Amino acid sequence: MSDAPMGTKEPFIRISKRTSIGKCRAWSIRIIALLLSLIVSGLIIYAIVRMSPVKVYVSMFEGAFGTTRRAWITVRDTMMLLCIGVGLAPAFRMRFWNIGAEGQILAGGIAAAACMIYFGAVLSGPALILVMVITSIAAGAVWGLIPAVFKARWGTNETLFTLMMNYVAIQLTGYCVSLWENPFGSNSVGIINQQTKAGWLPSMFGQSYGLNVVIVLALAIGMYIYMKYSKHGYEIAVVGSSENTARYAGINVRRVYLRTMAISGAVCGIAGFLAVSGASHTISTSTAGGRGFTAIIVAWLAKFNTIVMIMISLLLVFLEKGAVEIASRYNLNAYASSIITGIILFFILGSEFFINYRIRFRSGKKEKEVAAE
Amino acid sequence: MNTNCAVRMENINKTFGEVRANDGVNMEIRHGEILSLLGENGSGKTTLMNMLAGIYFPDDGQIFVEGREVFIRSPKDAIDLGIGMVHQHFKLVDVFTAAENIVLGMPGKVQLDRKQLSAEILEISEKYGFDIDPDKKIYDMSVSEKQTVEIIKVLYRGARILILDEPTAVLTPQETEKLFSVMRSMKEDGKSVVIITHKLHEVMAVSDRVAVLRKGEYIGDVATSGTSPLQLTEMMVGKAVSLNIDRPEPKDRVERISVQNLSVRDVEGIRKLQDVSFTAYGGEILGIAGISGCGQKELLEAIAGLQRAEHGSHIAYTDKNGEVHELIGKTPLEIEKLGVALSFVPEDRLGMGLVSDMDITDNMLLRSYQRGRGFFANRRYPRSVASEVVSELDVATPGLNTPVRELSGGNVQKVLVGREIALHPTVLMTAYAVRGLDINTSYTIYNLLTEQKMKGVAVIYVGEDLDVLLELCDRILVLCGGQVSGILDGRSATKEGVGLMMTQLGGDIHE
Repeated sequence: MSDAPMGTKEPFIRISKRTSIGKCRAWSIRIIALLLSLIVSGLIIYAIVRMSPVKVYVSMFEGAFGTTRRAWITVRDTMMLLCIGVGLAPAFRMRFWNIGAEGQILAGGIAAAACMIYFGAVLSGPALILVMVITSIAAGAVWGLIPAVFKARWGTNETLFTLMMNYVAIQLTGYCVSLWENPFGSNSVGIINQQTKAGWLPSMFGQSYGLNVVIVLALAIGMYIYMKYSKHGYEIAVVGSSENTARYAGINVRRVYLRTMAISGAVCGIAGFLAVSGASHTISTSTAGGRGFTAIIVAWLAKFNTIVMIMISLLLVFLEKGAVEIASRYNLNAYASSIITGIILFFILGSEFFINYRIRFRSGKKEKEVAAE
Repeated sequence: MNTNCAVRMENINKTFGEVRANDGVNMEIRHGEILSLLGENGSGKTTLMNMLAGIYFPDDGQIFVEGREVFIRSPKDAIDLGIGMVHQHFKLVDVFTAAENIVLGMPGKVQLDRKQLSAEILEISEKYGFDIDPDKKIYDMSVSEKQTVEIIKVLYRGARILILDEPTAVLTPQETEKLFSVMRSMKEDGKSVVIITHKLHEVMAVSDRVAVLRKGEYIGDVATSGTSPLQLTEMMVGKAVSLNIDRPEPKDRVERISVQNLSVRDVEGIRKLQDVSFTAYGGEILGIAGISGCGQKELLEAIAGLQRAEHGSHIAYTDKNGEVHELIGKTPLEIEKLGVALSFVPEDRLGMGLVSDMDITDNMLLRSYQRGRGFFANRRYPRSVASEVVSELDVATPGLNTPVRELSGGNVQKVLVGREIALHPTVLMTAYAVRGLDINTSYTIYNLLTEQKMKGVAVIYVGEDLDVLLELCDRILVLCGGQVSGILDGRSATKEGVGLMMTQLGGDIHE
């Protein structure tokens, strides 16, 4: 083999796709990735600011869970993100790229706020909440349905369409804010029904966000069952995999598009309701606050499994809260904490590569499997 | 060292997960020969050749080209060594011309000298007897023309060893003959040609030597002149196989489907079927012959409710009580609700018949999930069907939870045919049911169809292999350009007769 003209060596790294991997091993790879990410960002923290990484991590944790109040806000935000992720799950499973959650949240939020403002004094507490829920669901569903109708009828691209619908919703919110301005000239709606608390989600377990948790967890579990065991869920998966197969099996593809997007939009509408009635008690163009996009990461990382989404949402919110805390406590630039968040996400996403592929390095005759064995 | 050897592979191993695709294979390719690489599906033929072409890298073993050990790490390494492979699925850019595809990826100047390129391409085509227009776009080409582009592409890159992966699977008999003559002239030119195939008559017709793989192992090689199809089958399958198709006389024929004046246009408005009329009877196999793309797909899809028919078309279904239902204008679901037990094995198995990411159980569910009133899908019944199909048809799968895309082609087809038969159909339509399948699986499918026929099912078999059509079917309907060219008795029809009717309406100019 001395004078072979070319390719005298085995390739240094060989990547091959795994056919399958045990659940246990997949999770241990993910956990190793998480630990590695903490070590790497610890090193970077130390290199840049000469601070003990452990201290930084402790203050991140304190930022998210340091006090009962903080812990509840973390939980509240987790539930919000989870709710949107749950809404995106069926659409994404159908390979309908709904990136219009922002708009659907705002549509639901506007509906909830409108009910609070116009019916706050007319309806009794539970009746008002019920009306708000129904109108929010309807508003979100309509916002989700519009792109679906166009896709089903004329084959328009849903990614662009749902994205544009976000801007329409933001404009609409802007209009409503100036319509409901209070006090006049403040350019904001202010806290709605601050005195009467009409339309505010009642507290549960002595916690004002208790009901949020119950509603969203119920939605997550319900959606899991719907997608996994129901006939509808099966239809969604078939349509997502191949429209031709769906037609062959006698599935009405258009109807599945419409139905699924109505559901997707409706759940995002509920998220809008929760944002207004269960959290901020006001409406503004930043009510959705980019969470409709963050939820896309949640949905993908969880592979559309709404139970796994609980953990992913918690992780993302924890990172966000922790980052804000260390930025303010150590007077760091806000970007420093973004770096940490970025490193951790990078490792978690990267771990999927090692779960799907195996890597072998060249080493003599015997090949060692590393990184995943 | 044997200087007559262009390529020698020693002790090659390759595993994918648990599967041993190649297990200690020793093989050689000689100068100036046509070598058939024969083996059933999943026997590791393509894997072995992919290691020569730089697609895969062997886990173990050595490869020698012209006597020197080489490490082929990429397709580029392979082509530098003079090894070129034409894959089963063409890798061409649709919107480019033949010439652009041929030169794509080659080093050269910024400006493409099209004139010179065309001249070079025409020179190659003349030398080997190809027929090609360098300026034709790929999307305007037939399958056979695309294949020609692929072959010229590797020749243009200076390949001396050509590997063709099941090149005839998509060709008509005439096109196959033409390809064989090209292969022979390449051989005269001193090139080595490897043809991967499982069609025995092609092996016998074209090759000098046959190498046989079975379940990843190298069984041996024989000179074509000193062997017979029977011996090759035995080497390939590991046991003696009868190559006769059993064709019992139909009994108790009853009218099931009567098609009258069926006309269909595709989305672009091009007429695909024109005034097609025929009757399919329960208890017989009706074969449908024709050059590919002359209306077979549209015909079956129209019956299945997946294709819009023009005004004046009728498809009447007679049920077991003698009641007649019109199927035109109904969706597949409405047809099912009428109680029409219509099974359909479409041509596109993974793109239409099955859901490739789903496991076997969930694929069985595809045809039964709508049953029952409940909100939830019942998986108990599909699971039992799945395990029945797997055990009765010998589906090679790690389990019922394996996504069907991970199964080999033959096993995918077994799952699909098994599911359709499990529906207890009265009409069973199959399109190219044995395309790409090995001998064993093909005969399994033929036997299943005959079994269904004897149960009184009206079987409609769209096929491309005329020998099989003539052996299997009771009657043969020949399509030509979307029209019925004639309906023949399967027992008295001849291959030549059917071939003529495929190319011209009626076919019987002399009678």
